[in-house]
Amino acid sequence: MALLHLLLAAAAGDNNKGLTAIGRGIVYGGAAIGPGIGIGLVVGNAITAMARQPESAGTVRTTMFLGIAFTEALALFGFVLAFIISG
Amino acid sequence: MNPLALLAIDVPPISQVTIWGNGPLGLNKTIVIYGFATLATIVVFLLGTRKKEALVPAGIFQNTAESGVAFVRNQVIMQTMGTDGLPYLPYLTALFFFIFFSNITEIIPAVQFPANARFAMPMTLALATWVIFNVVGVARQGFGHYMKNSLVPPGVPAALLVLVVPIEFISTFIVRPFSLMVRLFANMLAGHLILVTFSVITAALWAPKITVIIAPFSFALLVAMTGFEILVSFLQAFIFTILTAVYIGGAMHPEH
Repeated sequence: MALLHLLLAAAAGDNNKGLTAIGRGIVYGGAAIGPGIGIGLVVGNAITAMARQPESAGTVRTTMFLGIAFTEALALFGFVLAFIISG
Repeated sequence: MNPLALLAIDVPPISQVTIWGNGPLGLNKTIVIYGFATLATIVVFLLGTRKKEALVPAGIFQNTAESGVAFVRNQVIMQTMGTDGLPYLPYLTALFFFIFFSNITEIIPAVQFPANARFAMPMTLALATWVIFNVVGVARQGFGHYMKNSLVPPGVPAALLVLVVPIEFISTFIVRPFSLMVRLFANMLAGHLILVTFSVITAALWAPKITVIIAPFSFALLVAMTGFEILVSFLQAFIFTILTAVYIGGAMHPEH
């Protein structure tokens, strides 16, 4: 129903809701780029570390999860902000 | 059949995230779930310590309680705070179990709602962590030394301090509790929205039209995301606990 309301409002000349929707998309899309790269770096280096020294795999895995949670938080700030933005 | 039924997916407005119920004593599904999480934590540890003198632990409550304490002790406290942090073991264990039980209701069939998807309790827990690590820092090092050790990293030339100290202040005293709150809240909210979206899509596709062939794929993804949310529930409880331990440990032992 949200999609239909957006299309009807834009057809009637009121672009506010459409622009809000575009804004929300840009906010979350922009916020997801950095953490995507960051999490890839963290996990990639963790895999390298686990391959070089298999005995430390447990410690490396725990630290990997910690790093993932830190960087994922930034993407989620963007996710929450995208919802807070109102028309 | 009404073709608009396919557009039945509608995300509720964000204002519904902050409705507290009917007045300060009003009951809410969120409050009931927190009550369940509190009771579950208490029951696990009450029933789990009835036979603590026995040589071999027996029964599900005792095994759960002992595994939980060993997990928090070895993976959280010993990794981040060392033996100085063992006085915080009761608080961190309770925190871990409380957050885990209030997250795991996201996948329990009749409930399907993680209580931490409303930011009241994450904000309170993050504030509690903030108060604890500041009080520990001031008590251990004195106010002046604590501020100096927090705000001035070692090895920074004096000319750069004008820039570094405000950044460190915001990062240590403002961003830390805020990010603790938002991390837990947003992870749970996002997981809940994903599960709701795929459930509604599957239900909306279950209609005598040609699009019903998409329904099994949506349902398969719903099952996969439910499994993923089990991991996320446990992980977010663990992350909150270990970050609390890291912050308290940082306040206890400043890096020289």
